[in-house]
Amino acid sequence: MEFIETLISGLSIGSTYAMIALGYTMVYGIAKMLNFAHGDVIMVGGYMIFLTMTALGNPVVGLVAAIIFCTLLGITIEKVAYKPLRGASPLAVLITAIGMSYLLQSMAQMIFGSAPKMVIVADFGNLKLGSLSVPVYTLITLGCSVVIMVILSLFVKYTKVGRAMIAVSEDRGAAQLMGINVNGIITITFAIGSALAAFAGFFMLMKSPSLSNTLGAMPGIKAFTAAVIGGIGSIPGAMVGGILMGVVEAFSLHVPAVAPYTDAIEFIILIVILLVKPTGILGKVRREKV
Amino acid sequence: MALLEVKDLEVYYGVICALKGISFEVNEGEIVTLIGANGAGKTTTMQSVVGLIPSKAGSVTFEGKDITKTPCHKIVHLGMTQVPEGRRVFQELSVYENLLMGAYSVKNSSSFKEDLERIYTQFPRLAERKNQIAGTLSGGEQQMLAMGRALMSHPKLLMLDEPSMGLSPLLVDQVFDIIKSINKDGTTVLLVEQNAGKSLAISDRAYVLENGKIVLSGTGEELMASEDVKKAYLGG
Ligand SMILES: Nc1ncnc2c1ncn2[C@@H]1O[C@H](COP(=O)(O)OP(=O)(O)OP(=O)(O)O)[C@@H](O)[C@H]1O
Ligand SMILES: [Mg+2]
Repeated sequence: MEFIETLISGLSIGSTYAMIALGYTMVYGIAKMLNFAHGDVIMVGGYMIFLTMTALGNPVVGLVAAIIFCTLLGITIEKVAYKPLRGASPLAVLITAIGMSYLLQSMAQMIFGSAPKMVIVADFGNLKLGSLSVPVYTLITLGCSVVIMVILSLFVKYTKVGRAMIAVSEDRGAAQLMGINVNGIITITFAIGSALAAFAGFFMLMKSPSLSNTLGAMPGIKAFTAAVIGGIGSIPGAMVGGILMGVVEAFSLHVPAVAPYTDAIEFIILIVILLVKPTGILGKVRREKV
Repeated sequence: MALLEVKDLEVYYGVICALKGISFEVNEGEIVTLIGANGAGKTTTMQSVVGLIPSKAGSVTFEGKDITKTPCHKIVHLGMTQVPEGRRVFQELSVYENLLMGAYSVKNSSSFKEDLERIYTQFPRLAERKNQIAGTLSGGEQQMLAMGRALMSHPKLLMLDEPSMGLSPLLVDQVFDIIKSINKDGTTVLLVEQNAGKSLAISDRAYVLENGKIVLSGTGEELMASEDVKKAYLGG
């Protein structure tokens, strides 16, 4: 029973990581950049949930508000900070993304102060089945994530915009020759990634109600690791990597002897996987195009 | 009025001047070829005309409209597309999905089925392999796919950058036959080739590019008869 409980907890943590990792991996695949401010979009979403919950007390409205605000924020960050650097050196883009991350964290601290806020999203209690007892929020997280991942996969495979995303990620020049507006596709990618970050923020606050301006920092790094483990640029890879990280985390936290080393264990897994398969689990070796 | 008019086009890579002010035109219904040695600037010309690399000076006019500063995807919507050097089919997508991408700019999706049938008839090999992942096609099949994909957008002007590169002699002949038939069906063609003999033979007019400059121009026959061209490009 304990095993199943831990597994479900791991799947729920993992699907939260997967939500975040999808944002990293899609932006990397399509815009060819690492958006280090992605984790902080989660934090901004958290504050949006906090504000709407304080004003209206309804978690669903809070989630919707966070999704809308994060989507607009993601689009704005891309337009203001990254778009002017299209074609600049990757290092310049990376530094800008790190700067954007600090900017968001500092602004949150200026507006909301440095003391953590308590955001009680809702108390769903536990689901009991015989001797099995599972917190309901883990099931909500898991269920929502599965639905989102299925929709996203179908969207990418079967819609015109989704296929354009694959085309741009594979060969930007050839995609333009199909008449695809690459800037438009990049904007859509940031919008989707940021909306998923808002979901992740909601899931995280359901799990633990403490909200500060560094809410997204560690999960951001973990999810980035998950994206690399799964194969950066690969959408199924981000899902697999995220779930793997979450399950490892849950089981590691469950064993008192190794619990303090959980973060280290997760990063060691990254190193081992990269040693065995440098492109990540589902990553493809791509020949460089000129 | 020419369908495509390029005037004094200059392109730089950093400080390196790749095109030193070239001018040429393509009239409706023609097959026009640019020939030139490796590094002459043929690909640079093609990519600059279609808006993939910016030009420093000069102008490009398509159907009387100045498109010098127009981004590539908009140019494609105007009715000009290109089979780029090295084919660049979408390796991870199937043959069918690649053709679907080719039709991306077509507003009226009801013609898609017909267009697909037309391409499958023209390239029966693609029909046989429609569900195969493009990355696993042979070089010749990828060239067919790249051409079929470009034709899905109903271009008025089709630009082909070394379509015969790396193909066996039999396939080279087939590619040139296809180009002729595409042209017969009403598509204007701008061709870049190293295979000067075969391309001049099907061309209405041609230009010779050397070190970023056009050094010679004339009808296909004129250039085939030219001593300079014979020496430099036709092996004596
Ligand atoms: N991205 C680039 N950066 C710097 N120089 C470049 C770049 N691309 C091309 N060049 C240079 O510009 C010149 C023209 O190159 P281009 O690719 O247009 O030649 P080409 O005629 O197509 O040759 P080939 O027959 O080998 O394809 C060459 O000297 C090449 O080295
Ligand atoms: Mg070339």
